[in-house]
Amino acid sequence: MSKKVKAAIIGPGNIGTDLLMKAMRSELIEPVWMVGVVADSPGLARAAEAGLKTTAEGVDGMLPTMRADGVQICFDATSAYVHAENSRKVNEQGAVMIDLTPAAIGPFCVPPVNLAQAVDAKAMNVNMVTCGGQATIPMVAAVSRVQAVSYGEIVATVSSKSAGPGTRKNIDEFTRTTASGIEKVGGAKSGKAIIVINPAEPPLIMRDTIHCLTEDEPDQAAITKSVHEMVAEVQKYVPGYVLKNGPVFDGKRVSIYMEVEGLGDFLPKYAGNLDIMTAAGLRTAEMYAQEILAGNFVPTAA
Amino acid sequence: MNLSGKKITVHDMCLRDGMHPKQHQITVEQMVTIAKAMDEAGIPLIEVTHGDGLGGASVNYGFPAASDEEYLTAVCREMKNTKVSALLLPGIGTVDHLKMAVDCGISTIRVATHCTEADVSEQHLTMAAKYDGLDTVGFLMMAHMIGPEELVAQLKMMEDFGANCVYITDSAGYMLPDHVTERVALARAELRPETELGFHGHHNMAMGIANSLAAVEAGANRIDGSLAGLGAGAGNTPLEVFLAVCDRMGVETGVNLFKAMDVAEDLIVPLMDHPIRIDRDALTLGYAGVYSSFLLFAKRSAEKYGLSSRDILVELGRRKTVGGQEDMIEDLALDMAKARGL
Repeated sequence: MSKKVKAAIIGPGNIGTDLLMKAMRSELIEPVWMVGVVADSPGLARAAEAGLKTTAEGVDGMLPTMRADGVQICFDATSAYVHAENSRKVNEQGAVMIDLTPAAIGPFCVPPVNLAQAVDAKAMNVNMVTCGGQATIPMVAAVSRVQAVSYGEIVATVSSKSAGPGTRKNIDEFTRTTASGIEKVGGAKSGKAIIVINPAEPPLIMRDTIHCLTEDEPDQAAITKSVHEMVAEVQKYVPGYVLKNGPVFDGKRVSIYMEVEGLGDFLPKYAGNLDIMTAAGLRTAEMYAQEILAGNFVPTAA
Repeated sequence: MNLSGKKITVHDMCLRDGMHPKQHQITVEQMVTIAKAMDEAGIPLIEVTHGDGLGGASVNYGFPAASDEEYLTAVCREMKNTKVSALLLPGIGTVDHLKMAVDCGISTIRVATHCTEADVSEQHLTMAAKYDGLDTVGFLMMAHMIGPEELVAQLKMMEDFGANCVYITDSAGYMLPDHVTERVALARAELRPETELGFHGHHNMAMGIANSLAAVEAGANRIDGSLAGLGAGAGNTPLEVFLAVCDRMGVETGVNLFKAMDVAEDLIVPLMDHPIRIDRDALTLGYAGVYSSFLLFAKRSAEKYGLSSRDILVELGRRKTVGGQEDMIEDLALDMAKARGL
């Protein structure tokens, strides 16, 4: 396919830069803008070197020309605090916003679970939940599509080096947003999320534990099969998504132990938590791009 | 060691850290009975919550017999002089839990992070400090894992977020008195003079009393313990023993020693599901520097998968696991069982 949909990345930090590296390999997305707020940021310099237009004036610096530049998809890799404003502005210019912050003003999107519905709904803002949510909600959904899950709980353990200042300043947003995603996308009646930050050197690879309590006795064979199939789905965009142990069955408890190694594009491989975010964000954008290119969806200002 | 004339505040952990050996099954009635007896004995401060703090109710850490709200409401309204604290681990509990605990009537909130991760407590300490008169405490766990300079830098961060008291917490019961002395002394020298300094010990190497005395000598004025030692691992610093030692050394605690001894003997010991003692596994926690509440999880996984709990604990120490990683234990046991062809 030769035609691509043009995209802008807001936030030239670690996430934005990793996303840029992945997007440049995409057959459906062409990154054309990188938006920052610090003039001498290395992220903006790298983007400029890669041939993108850049601005250090925030989203406002891109607004006057983004429509003329053909931008139809934006990624926000900044923070929850500024996201709503960013989203409103780019939506007005007819671009879909893919939200990598925990702002969660749009519907949640976890690609292997509900990407199709999200795109069908033609939402102008979709939220990628959290890194822990991307890594664990597919597993909750893998159980809940077999039988009713009364309670889903996840424990995400990330290396200290991969937990940025945004996450640290507002760690409650992680637990709240992830818990909400476990319910709304994962399909558990009630959800709980726990995050643990570990400073060990060398940094540990992101690990995730998913505990589901099923309403009735778990159908072990069906759940095991569903979990393996879901792992394969996630591996399509995060090859380092590995089922380490389980599913373990203990009464109505189903426990799944995962490890998530990143591709190591810009972020180190241990930071699977960040990689799964950028990979999921890009996959979502690609699905939108397919719809746009097929003429099924024309992003327009609300 | 001359500690004569020093005044300290002791803080009892039976109804929070003691929830670990009880698998969080202490009932509301039991809590109220014990708390009233502690009040009567003149213990100034007691902690009440799930063992892993507010919001700890989970598959991962265990579901408690009652909610934090039920425990706190029931205990707080019965206290005459004793104040009640709650523990909060960011990543497990949120500011919503903090607000709930304040509404229940706590006077102290303790926000706990791993010793290198103080910055995740900003949101919670900042909010706590805004409550008028709420005693706001920063609590650095597994403090043996870093040196004094690095530790003090983290303590100062919590002080800056609004903590009026900061704690050096020996979650693994790994420290020896010299480790305590150097950390507490440097903290005392570097923190603001009005900031209180506390020490929380575990008795896995039988150093609870010795470490607490070292802490007081180096400038700590709050000491955690639990009557009869009811706490994770080999328990916390046995409080009635520490009180007796303080009494002999002329350290003022304001607690009635004999009444405290009676609470330990008559109420706490009968509550224990198993003797809280330095068994082989608890000693391994202290020796290998492993988070004390991993003890029962390691024992259970060892039994389920036919492994040695000591082997599991040693490996958890080697991997530098931190508090909260209870989910790692079954995962590791499965790996070990596979590797051994079990």
